[in-house]
Amino acid sequence: MECRDIINTLAACLQEGGMNPGLASFVQILLGVVLVTLAPLIIVILLIWVERKFAARIQDRIGPNRVGPFGLLQTIADAVKLIAKEDIVPAGADRFVFNLAPIISVVSVILIWAVIPLSPIHIGVDLEIGALYFIAVGSIGTLAIMMAGWSSNNKYALLGAFRVVAQLVSYEIPFVFAILIPVMLAGSMGMQDIVEAQRGMWFFVLSPIAMIIFFLSAQAETGRAPFDLIEAESELVAGYNIEYSGMKFGLFFAGEFVHVLTNALLLVALFFGGWLGPFVDQVPALGFVYMFGKAALFYLFSLLLRNTLPRVRIDQMMNFNWKFLVPLSVVNVIVVALLLQIVRALGLAPAPELANDFVANLPQAVILLLGNLAIIAVVLNMLRNFGRSERPAEAAAIRKDEEMLPAQAAH
Amino acid sequence: MLELNPQSIAFFIFAAFTIGGGLGVATSRNLIHGALYLILSLFGGAGLFILLSAPFLAAAQILVYIGAIAILIIFAVMLTRSMTRLGEVYNRQWWLSALVGVGFFVLLVIGVILPVFGNLDPNAAPLDVGTTMDLGIALVDGNQFVLPFEVASVLLTAALIGAIVIARDRD
Amino acid sequence: MVPLWMYLLVAAALFCIGTYGVLSRRNAVAILMSVELMLTAVNINLIAFWRYLAPDNMAGQAFAAFVFVVAAAEAAVGLAIIIAVYRSRRSVIVEDVNLLKG
Repeated sequence: MECRDIINTLAACLQEGGMNPGLASFVQILLGVVLVTLAPLIIVILLIWVERKFAARIQDRIGPNRVGPFGLLQTIADAVKLIAKEDIVPAGADRFVFNLAPIISVVSVILIWAVIPLSPIHIGVDLEIGALYFIAVGSIGTLAIMMAGWSSNNKYALLGAFRVVAQLVSYEIPFVFAILIPVMLAGSMGMQDIVEAQRGMWFFVLSPIAMIIFFLSAQAETGRAPFDLIEAESELVAGYNIEYSGMKFGLFFAGEFVHVLTNALLLVALFFGGWLGPFVDQVPALGFVYMFGKAALFYLFSLLLRNTLPRVRIDQMMNFNWKFLVPLSVVNVIVVALLLQIVRALGLAPAPELANDFVANLPQAVILLLGNLAIIAVVLNMLRNFGRSERPAEAAAIRKDEEMLPAQAAH
Repeated sequence: MLELNPQSIAFFIFAAFTIGGGLGVATSRNLIHGALYLILSLFGGAGLFILLSAPFLAAAQILVYIGAIAILIIFAVMLTRSMTRLGEVYNRQWWLSALVGVGFFVLLVIGVILPVFGNLDPNAAPLDVGTTMDLGIALVDGNQFVLPFEVASVLLTAALIGAIVIARDRD
Repeated sequence: MVPLWMYLLVAAALFCIGTYGVLSRRNAVAILMSVELMLTAVNINLIAFWRYLAPDNMAGQAFAAFVFVVAAAEAAVGLAIIIAVYRSRRSVIVEDVNLLKG
């Protein structure tokens, strides 16, 4: 290996500077791990500010504006306050598990960053099972919530944890099915391969349904409104993290914020071409701009949903998942797989040497898109019929209630 | 003597996780702790899979065991209130069980491990290894494992329906 | 690479710990957890032999993948049975479940 750039071939550069080869590769790996770990934790400081400003504007407030220019340093002041707070462990709590839970919660999110392709040459590790890896480490977060709820020795925390786990485990199913589509289209689970395969056409065009399912279930996985039953303050006191205070609470909080951004980045990498954009091959650093620029759009969209939609009831949420998202995602996988085979059998798929060409990708994209639109049309039709049969029944129930009211008043 | 490189250090850490977690499962009085020890042990197992260049199985281990089975077990512990009624952990034949365990271990060491014991050659393992793609092709190849693969999916469906029917509250 | 016998030693130890747990624990959930330990030990053995003896033949990994499937099915049905037994007997101690014993 020769010394080309300072990030990917640092070990070679250090060796040229006269360092022991073993030590040089150790330094490179250590620096890489530290960078990938610290980046999300530093970005989250900015994210919390963005979120608070955004929510404030929607609610006709100004938001943080005292510490630093535009209140930018507010989060740092908050972090200092959280660290300075008393460390409270409730009586009868399982101290070790109680302290471990927030750490696992953050780590499970940060581990995902190892496989996010940030630019053509910048990725933590380009695992051949990248997509499966981030599903697997993401599922550890469920465990952290269960541990937090149980070890707090508080019934509200335990009830909250039960609810959360039911939600997270259920929404994992459409989440995984949605990820299957880009994996199928790219023919690989490696994240760089998936991004590279979108040179000709973004996967969003080939399967918009998978993108929507991914976005919705990711929203539920992070526990953002309208699925924020994880910490429904008004019903569950606070949910699983009721007994946490100080920086331990701060870690759960930071984990949630990083998770939203992480999901936005994954969405971009899987469906919107990741770091692809003009001149990215000449100047790889542009990949960061494209990646984070696209992700910022979805991050803001997620904030918009959070701040403008009411919370759904728990039974509505489970019904939405099991009776709508899961069947839809299964049908989508089957249809896309079938169409893909048909396209290949008819010879309409782009030839390997033309895979990056927009025009060569058009026939395949049009067929898959039409398949997706057909599914959407069928689903909308079914929903309309369902709504038509449901609405008179509901109206009748309301009328009956209204008739009962005067009778009750007379009693 | 065994060479002390990053790989062998990682092996010893993961092996310690695996066996330590296993001992925790077999001995812990509090079943929630037992489940957490089980997760530690399974995590160690996943680490060993990575060292053995089977990354797909390692990720599947974390996803299936830690993300699903362990959570299910913690749920079952809580629903059956196993952690509040501790009582006696072991039955009357625990010493016999220990004898069986140790005896079987000795048997395994003599029968399986001794024949390959002492081979410390660092190049013992072949270098070219089947990849995840090979595994995927093998699983759906008509000449290899497509029939077991389909049978496995039938088994999962049967388990899914069976679990719901058995655990359902009839009222 | 770490030699093969070390992996086999870990797997054998884990399997025997699992055996001990299955035979000696009274709580049904603990028994189920010990069974999961034994299955993991089997998988470590399968993968170790695959890696050292036949790395180009995917049978080892495929077999391990099927063990996962069986483990998942076993856990789901097993835990469902435990919960059903708890409903009717108010106990998950295996010695208390003796209706069929004369």
